[in-house]
Amino acid sequence: MTARWDELEPGATAPERRVGPLTRTDFVRYQGASGDMNPVHHDEVFARAAGYDAPLGVGMFHAGVMATWATDWLGPENVRGFKVRWKEPVWPGDVLTIGGRVAKRTEKDGERRVEVEIVCTRQTGGVAAQATAVFVVPASG
Amino acid sequence: MADERTIGAEGKPFEMDVERGKIRELARATLSSHPAYMDDEHPVCPPTFLTTTFFWEERAPGSNPWHLVHLDPQRGMHAEQEYVFHGPPPRAGTRLVCRSRIESVFHKEGRRGGTLTFAVMVTEFRDATTGVLVAEARMTGVETEKPPEAQP
Repeated sequence: MTARWDELEPGATAPERRVGPLTRTDFVRYQGASGDMNPVHHDEVFARAAGYDAPLGVGMFHAGVMATWATDWLGPENVRGFKVRWKEPVWPGDVLTIGGRVAKRTEKDGERRVEVEIVCTRQTGGVAAQATAVFVVPASG
Repeated sequence: MADERTIGAEGKPFEMDVERGKIRELARATLSSHPAYMDDEHPVCPPTFLTTTFFWEERAPGSNPWHLVHLDPQRGMHAEQEYVFHGPPPRAGTRLVCRSRIESVFHKEGRRGGTLTFAVMVTEFRDATTGVLVAEARMTGVETEKPPEAQP
């Protein structure tokens, strides 16, 4: 079940999700689904020639997992916005932790909305990406 | 170096069908098993689903103005991505008409010195039947003066 309005005070959270260790397969599955076949994300030879030690993680993959964390909490049909900014690269073997909290909530013209801040952190403590998502909260919720 | 004269450049409109199997595929690839994506006969698409324009614009010559900006692929990175939905995300069975334009090209000083060049492309998604604007995507790319840092 998705969260209720009275539970969604600023600061409200949902359980973190841990993902990984990431594999090349995770990247390839995402690339096939999205249609972005940039070889730097799966072709070891290409990635090394570009100066990397391993295929570079796909930013839109972990952005998508951040969106999944949010839609699991607040409902796929309720999302009205999602904005992500990448901060540092992700690599095969990384373990990502995704979590977040309600930053603010608004009620306008009878429509209730929450804005959620989401952070994706690597096992090093480094922040891989930050996102904000906007959801409506249905009146029945 | 990105070309500021491309600001305002617009691609040709292209069509994109929102499909149930594609939604299931992208949901799975982003580690979702939510029944709203997996079991609904007409699921809404996931928040980042509209990235699959890749499959549609490449079949529509002149639809993607991004390459006009000439960000160097060796030094270019995806910096930011935004999706806005003017209602529930489009459902499987919806045909969208999509149109991209270059919104801005600008420069900033990087934290470690050097100039960063940003370019922003906006894509509008309209319901092909009603003409209603259902979603917008905003992609920001950045080009650094040096190649991105390798693995620490």
